[in-house]
Amino acid sequence: MTSAAAEKTTYREAIREALREALRRDDRVFLMGEDVGRYGGCFGVSLGLLEEFGPERIRDTPLSESAFVGAGIGAALGGMRPVVEIMTVNFSLLALDQIMNNAATLLHMSGGQFNVPLVIRMTTGAGRQVAAQHSHSLEGWYAHIPGLRILAPATLEDARGMLWTALEDPDPVLIFEHGSLYNMAGPLPADAGPADIRTAAIRRAGTDITLIAYGGTLGKAVDAADELANAGISAEVVDLRTLRPLDDATILASVRRTHRAVIVDEGWRSGSLAAEVSARIMEQAFYDLDAPVQRVCSAEVPMPYPRHLEDAALPQVADIVTAARQAVG
Amino acid sequence: MSPRRAPGPKASPQEAPAQERPPAARHHAELLRQMVLIRRFEEQCVELYSAGEIHGFVHLYIGEEAVAVGVNQALAPDDSIVSTYREHGHALVRGIALDSLMAEMYGKSTGCSGGRGGSMHLFDASTRFYGGNAIVGGGLPLAVGLALADRMRGDTRVTACYFGDGAVAEGEFHECLNLAALWQLPVLFCCENNLYAMGTALARAQVQTDLAVRAASYGMPSWPVDGMDVLAVEQAARHAAEAVRGGGGPHFLELRTYRFRAHSMYDPDRYRDKAEIEQWKQRDPIDLLTAHMRDAGELADGDLTALDTEVSAQLTNAIAAARADPLEPVEGLTRFVYSPEPS
Repeated sequence: MTSAAAEKTTYREAIREALREALRRDDRVFLMGEDVGRYGGCFGVSLGLLEEFGPERIRDTPLSESAFVGAGIGAALGGMRPVVEIMTVNFSLLALDQIMNNAATLLHMSGGQFNVPLVIRMTTGAGRQVAAQHSHSLEGWYAHIPGLRILAPATLEDARGMLWTALEDPDPVLIFEHGSLYNMAGPLPADAGPADIRTAAIRRAGTDITLIAYGGTLGKAVDAADELANAGISAEVVDLRTLRPLDDATILASVRRTHRAVIVDEGWRSGSLAAEVSARIMEQAFYDLDAPVQRVCSAEVPMPYPRHLEDAALPQVADIVTAARQAVG
Repeated sequence: MSPRRAPGPKASPQEAPAQERPPAARHHAELLRQMVLIRRFEEQCVELYSAGEIHGFVHLYIGEEAVAVGVNQALAPDDSIVSTYREHGHALVRGIALDSLMAEMYGKSTGCSGGRGGSMHLFDASTRFYGGNAIVGGGLPLAVGLALADRMRGDTRVTACYFGDGAVAEGEFHECLNLAALWQLPVLFCCENNLYAMGTALARAQVQTDLAVRAASYGMPSWPVDGMDVLAVEQAARHAAEAVRGGGGPHFLELRTYRFRAHSMYDPDRYRDKAEIEQWKQRDPIDLLTAHMRDAGELADGDLTALDTEVSAQLTNAIAAARADPLEPVEGLTRFVYSPEPS
C-alpha cells in the first residue's frame, strides 16, 4: 500500500484512468478501434475520453481489424505510440496477419532497424453467455509468437499500471483483459503507478501446493486456495501476469518450495499455455515434484451458449480444488 | 578482400559531351540508367540463383522497371515507401546501396536487412524503405499507418505504397483504401497491374478488371497509366504525389505493366501464352525509352554500351564484395526478436 488514500474503483475505470494518464503524458499516444469514441468503448472502457481528448486522439475506426491494427503498426513505425483496441480476441483473428506477419516480425526481418512500439488491448474469455464467437481464450496462441509481449492483468493495480509500462516498451505488447473482470471493484491507491511487465507475482503464500493462474482464472484460484485452507491444505497462488516471455524463475521457485502444482488456464487443454508451463516445470523442476503436475483447462468444445453448459466447459473453483487434492494425495 | 567499390568507369569519348546535353536529355539518360541497373541486377540474380549462390524465393521485376523508376521521380528523399516481395527495383531506385542489396541476396550480415530478410524483405531505415512485404496486401495497412503518423505529427511527406493486381482481391486492400480515404491520409497507392496474381490471370479472378475504377469507388482520384512508358509513369506520379503532398488525400495509380519472366524462380510459367509474352516484349520499357531518346537525338553512339559497361562493373564489384562479406555468427540467431534492453 502506498501512502495515498485508496479509492474504490473498478477494473474498467482503472484501465480508463491508465489511458487518460497516458494520453495526458505523451502526445504521441492515441487510441484507435471500433466504437472507442462516440460509443465509449464496447465495454465502456473509453467512455468520456473522446470528449476530453477529441477525435484525432480517440479514433473511431470502420469495422476493418486488419486495416486499423496494421495502421497502428505503421503509426508506431512513424513515431507515434498507438493503443489499438480490438473488441474481442475472436475478432483479432481478422487482424492476425498484421499481428503475426508484421508486428512480430518487422524488427527481426529488418535486421533491427524497425521496432514496433504498439500496444493492442483486447477482451478475452468466457462467462457472459455470448457463445462460440465471442468467448474464447486465445492468448495462448499469441503467447506462441516470438517478438510479442503478452500481458494478462488480473488485478486493479495491473489494470491501472501495465498500460503505461507497455507503452514504454519498444516492441509490440498485447494486453488481454478478461471480460468478467471489468466490473471487479476494490480499493486502488489514488497514486497507483506503473506496474512491472516482466515478472509473475505470488498473490497468496502457501506451502503445500502451487496454483498457477492468470487473468480471468486468478480469482478462481484464490477462491480455491481459500477452500483448500479450510481443508488444511496451504496453497500458494502464482499470477503469471506476463504470458510471454514467461517468468520461469518465479514459477519454479514456488514449485520447488511446494513440490506440487496445478495450472489453471481458460484456454483449451491441447497445446495450451498450461501445457507450456507444465513442460517447463517438468524440464526444470522434475526432481522437486512430489506429484504429477495437474492442469485445469476449458473443455475442448466451442463455447456453448446456455449457462449450465458454459459453466461445465470452464475451469471452476471445484475443479481446481479437486485437482489440488489429487496432487496432495 | 575485394574493394567494395570499383573505380569509376573510364571516361569514354561520349561522356564529356554528355555533360553538356540539355536537362531533358540528361534526365532521360538517368531514367535509362536506373532501368538498366534494375534489369542487369536481376539478370545477375538469375545467374547467381542458378549457380546456387543465392536462395529462397526470388521474384523478378524484369519488364516492370518503368514503374519503379517513374514513380520514384515523384518522391522526395524524406518520403516513405512500402513495397512488396517483387521489390528489387523499388529498392534500387530508392538509393539503397547496391552492395548492401547484393549482400542481402547472399544473406550476409552486411545486407540491408542484416541478411535476415533476403530478396523478399529488403529494409532500409535511412531511406525510409519499410520493406518488402511478402503477404499480398499486407503492406497497405502499414502505409495507412505511416501516413496517419505523418498527419498527426504535422509532417508533409507522402507514403508510396506498392502492391500488385492480386492484392486488389484481398480484404486488406478494401479496408485500407476506405480508411485512407475516410481519413484523407497522404498515401500514394501504386498498383502494379501485371495481369497475373502468380499464375492466375486477372480476368480469371476478378470481376471488374479495370482496377482504377474500383479504387475510384472509394472516392479517391484514380487513373490508369501506361506502365511500360517511364515518361508517362513519371508524369502521372508527379501529378498524383503533388496532389497528395498538398493535402488532396490519397491517390491511386493503376500502372499497367507486364513481367517478362516467370512469377518466381520456381515457376515453370505454364499459364501464359508465349505469344502474349512476346507481344508485351514489343513494348519493353527500356526499348521504348531508348527509341524515344534516339528520335530526340539524345542518344549518342556507344552510350548504351558505355552504360552496360558501367552497370556491369558495379554489379561485378557488388557480387565480389557480397561473396567476401561475413555471415552473421550463429550466436546472433535470436538478436532482434526483441529490442535490446536499455543499458
